[in-house]
Amino acid sequence: MKMHGWGKYPVIDAEVSAPSTLAQLRGILQAGEDRDLTPRGLGRSYGDSSLGEHMISTRRLNHLISFDSDSGVLHCEAGVSLSDILEVFVPLGWFLPVTPGTRFVTAGGAVASDVHGKNHHLEGCFCEHVVFLDVMPDADLLVRCSADDHAALFHATCGGMGLTGMIVSVAIRLKKIRSAFIDEVICKARNLEESLNLFSVHAPDTYSVAWVDCLAKGSSLGRSLLMTGEHARNGPLERSMQGMLGMPVDMPSLFLNPLSVRVFNTLYYHCIRGNSLGRRVHYSRFFYPLDRLADWNRIYGKSGFIQYQFMVPESAGHEAMAAIMKTIVASGKGSFLAVLKAFGEGNGNLLSFPRRGFTLALDFRIEHALFPLLERLDAMVLDYGGRLYLTKDARMSGSTFRQSYPLWEAFQKIREAFGARRRFTSLQSHRLGLDE
Amino acid sequence: MKNILIIGATSAIAEAVARKLAARGDRFYLLARNSERLAAIAADLAVRGAGDVEMSTFDAHDAESHAAALEKAHMWLGTIESALIAYGTLGDQKESERNAEIALNEMQTNAISTISLLTRLANIMASQGHGTIAVISSVAGDRGRASNYVYGSAKAAVTAFCEGLRARLHKKGVHVLTVKPGIVDTPMTEGVDVPEILKAEPDTVARDIVRAMDRKQDTIYTPWYWKYIMIGIVHLPESVFKKITL
Repeated sequence: MKMHGWGKYPVIDAEVSAPSTLAQLRGILQAGEDRDLTPRGLGRSYGDSSLGEHMISTRRLNHLISFDSDSGVLHCEAGVSLSDILEVFVPLGWFLPVTPGTRFVTAGGAVASDVHGKNHHLEGCFCEHVVFLDVMPDADLLVRCSADDHAALFHATCGGMGLTGMIVSVAIRLKKIRSAFIDEVICKARNLEESLNLFSVHAPDTYSVAWVDCLAKGSSLGRSLLMTGEHARNGPLERSMQGMLGMPVDMPSLFLNPLSVRVFNTLYYHCIRGNSLGRRVHYSRFFYPLDRLADWNRIYGKSGFIQYQFMVPESAGHEAMAAIMKTIVASGKGSFLAVLKAFGEGNGNLLSFPRRGFTLALDFRIEHALFPLLERLDAMVLDYGGRLYLTKDARMSGSTFRQSYPLWEAFQKIREAFGARRRFTSLQSHRLGLDE
Repeated sequence: MKNILIIGATSAIAEAVARKLAARGDRFYLLARNSERLAAIAADLAVRGAGDVEMSTFDAHDAESHAAALEKAHMWLGTIESALIAYGTLGDQKESERNAEIALNEMQTNAISTISLLTRLANIMASQGHGTIAVISSVAGDRGRASNYVYGSAKAAVTAFCEGLRARLHKKGVHVLTVKPGIVDTPMTEGVDVPEILKAEPDTVARDIVRAMDRKQDTIYTPWYWKYIMIGIVHLPESVFKKITL
């Protein structure tokens, strides 16, 4: 069947199996002795990270296993979605310790990408709150790993893009909350320097992220709306009854020309009067504004889109982000979904993306002049000592990858040691030269 | 807090229904063939808030086991507020055409065993004087089609049986709900080649079932649009219907 990632690029023909039990999963691994297998969760990675000729979906391995209400540790199968966890646990006063911009990812997927969220600068990545994982690198091998046990496999699997074996179950420590609501403050930043400085000013705030107008030029380059948030100290613990607005058809790609995007950006930016605005919003509106538009990826039309997310380290200074942003703006290929965030300290997971510095994520509609621009951006990112996020990547070269993720060799050794190297692969791992 | 009996608890639709009811703190007695999957579901329901969950392996094909299985369930639950019959197989129509034994086996699974269970369950619930029995039939039972009439006729039998049962039990304070799903995305329909848009999610169907049980509806089509599709299909004249490939 036709399979693709969130960006609908690339699209391939693949065989997908969906085991309902561990026994069935083992059967698939045994039967496919000579085959390359690719784990698949909810397919929210943008490029080819979960694409392969033989994919194993975790959608039926979606059971909760146990929950300890004293420690807050939830043990669940890898196919449980973060959305499901929130549905069950928010009313009981628990929240995800780290959540990405969509709740429609699986626990296994959150581990494989070592996802980060608006609280990275204080609370790190998802896997820093994982107590242990059950991983199956081979039919006869089920390993429970953690920071203290089989630590090498743990640090390779966290952020390891499914390449160390099938993640079968995850134990996460949830965090206690008193309310389903977030106290949000929105501030306007008139240019990039102000945007970046505001992150420092708001460093003590638990959650912070900025929506950047990537079409603004000159003295307004990098102007943004910074949103910060804290869990409300009181208030109801309801889950949201949000209706979903579906996008039933693919939009013609002409709709996303520079003119219409510019209008959108200006409107979005000017909707906040004065310099800051405080209000109380339900967690679903604060964390998942895009999930409201189910299938928002259809807005980009049939040709799909590329999401480009990079980070530049603190050591490269504000000039790094400014230079890259100038290049993007000058190209006129701006997207209206540009997100800027300050990262805190990186962790010990071998292929984990965040390092202290700043990250920017934006979309580009696919057109043929796009790829040379992205190569130029890659070169700039490398120059500044930064890297791209594998979960968003659909086209980075092996050489760019190896230069920016120096622990890739250690990662390969662990993969080899557990017999996963030639069994668990993806189109992305082929492209990055990890399967030679 | 209600006491719920589910026969065929490892089926995708049953699991989705159980998850919704677990959030209400209901108690469950689950019957299915596969104990590994039953255990995973039981643990899952417990985490989601179920009052208490008991399970037992059960094969509907084993007619001798029906009385004892239902007896045990009734004893453990105390009263049965709701019972859901959710097991079935799609079968291989072509194989059933070639081989009468196989056709009969399909009828056994999808109709005969269900009738056996319903007969016994009806008596238990009638003496209780209250409760709801929900049975998963199918749109396929509304009209026999060349491509799946073995499955279709079994479901037609179940639908008619439930209709009669509904009338009989109404006087005893017991409600019977007939559920007619269209095509649902579950392991049972794995091989069925149909445009994605026609395959409903088990969760959507479960939502409709729970709502119908709460409201004591008689027959529901799920998703809703199947009601109208079937009105069309049922009313096509036979002289036309027999000529088209459906």
